[in-house]
Amino acid sequence: MEDLKLHGFWYSPFTVRVVWTLKLKGLSYENIEEDRSNKSPQLLQYNPVHKKTPVLVHGGKPICESMVIVEYIDELWPQNPLLPHDPYERAQARFWVAFAEQMVPVIPALVYSTNAEEKEKAVEKAREHLKVLEDHCLADKRKFFGGDKLNIVDIAFGSLLEFLITLEDLKQVKILVAEKFPLLHLWLDNFKNAPIIKENYPDREKILATMKPAMERRFPSS
Amino acid sequence: MEDIKVLGFWSSPYVHRVIWALKLKGISYEYIEVERHGKSQLLRQSNPVYNKVPVLIHGGKSIAESMVILQYIEDTWPHNPLLPNDPYDRALARFWIKFGEDSIASITDLFMRPSKDEKERAIEIEKAQETLQVMEEKGIGEKKFFGGNNIGMVDLAYGLLCHWLEGLEEITGLKLIDPSRFPRLHAWTQNFKQVPVIKENLPDYEKLVVHLQWRRQQYM
Repeated sequence: MEDLKLHGFWYSPFTVRVVWTLKLKGLSYENIEEDRSNKSPQLLQYNPVHKKTPVLVHGGKPICESMVIVEYIDELWPQNPLLPHDPYERAQARFWVAFAEQMVPVIPALVYSTNAEEKEKAVEKAREHLKVLEDHCLADKRKFFGGDKLNIVDIAFGSLLEFLITLEDLKQVKILVAEKFPLLHLWLDNFKNAPIIKENYPDREKILATMKPAMERRFPSS
Repeated sequence: MEDIKVLGFWSSPYVHRVIWALKLKGISYEYIEVERHGKSQLLRQSNPVYNKVPVLIHGGKSIAESMVILQYIEDTWPHNPLLPNDPYDRALARFWIKFGEDSIASITDLFMRPSKDEKERAIEIEKAQETLQVMEEKGIGEKKFFGGNNIGMVDLAYGLLCHWLEGLEEITGLKLIDPSRFPRLHAWTQNFKQVPVIKENLPDYEKLVVHLQWRRQQYM
């Protein structure tokens, strides 16, 4: 059995990416739930640079950054490959993973927006990114970003877009509107119903129930 | 001969990452200088998402985003590897590449888009120094290069910290990579520039300083 430990945070879209990858590869691991307000000494030791989850510890050696972890797992356990074999196809996949990472700042911008203007700015930024995805990636009506089978790009965007939808409810905004993003909607539907993803999909209601009181405390509604 | 083209702009550190990678692997290519402000049809066609250089066009197929291009070059031409052999060491390299990508904008913004408020400026500088401290202690550590005894993909990713940053430091008078504060990082900037492929493939310093000065004024 592999000596795998995942230090994660249950509703983090970054932790979810690693969970999906481990499950898709059929790997068992020890899940260590971190409390963000009270991080374990191991986490601080394993990720001294960012002090953040997720961290995968393999045979005692830590790997940080969700997409770096995903690629590491994919390299070591080639079953159900998440990156294409062909270098050009790999480059295309990496391009879109990089695009997903460039979208990430939208999340804190939205969560911590203190007024309507800031909120609108974050929403606009999110929509701009989504438009690029809608227009460039899914135009051929493919089932997943990876084609017939999901790949690393689906993993990268799956958790992000799901978290964005959760934030729509939390911040009372509309971002991933079906009329504007029909292909993305179809894609998300395919993705959340894919085997293994389905059984490990974030529980939106549970997440909202946890985040709402915290949001209320931090940003009391006027 | 393989059909390889690089679309670039002479002053771009991101374009230079690609040039260095190709030269380190001894790969010949055709360099095409492209205008900066999105007027090139070839650029727009080959990088419709960002409309930016660098773009690598190999056998008619385009790849954009400098670090994606570097990975493509590594995958396609594995000789003279730029990434370590061991998967764990590769993951570490990728971590440091991401760290660099995430920090570089705030470091260059310090010079190119400085905050006009004194208090904010002090905070900006402190944050940049904290980032450099991480690079100093944990990135470079005891090694000569990020890649160990020889330069690798991480070094290419951080290339902008020498030459370009030196130009910005000269223009503004703000010495960020102060050798007394960041001795290892400073030594790295000097060692990196001495590597023959790097030394022979840097934009003319004086010309670069004039260009950076002009670009800075555009913002201010």
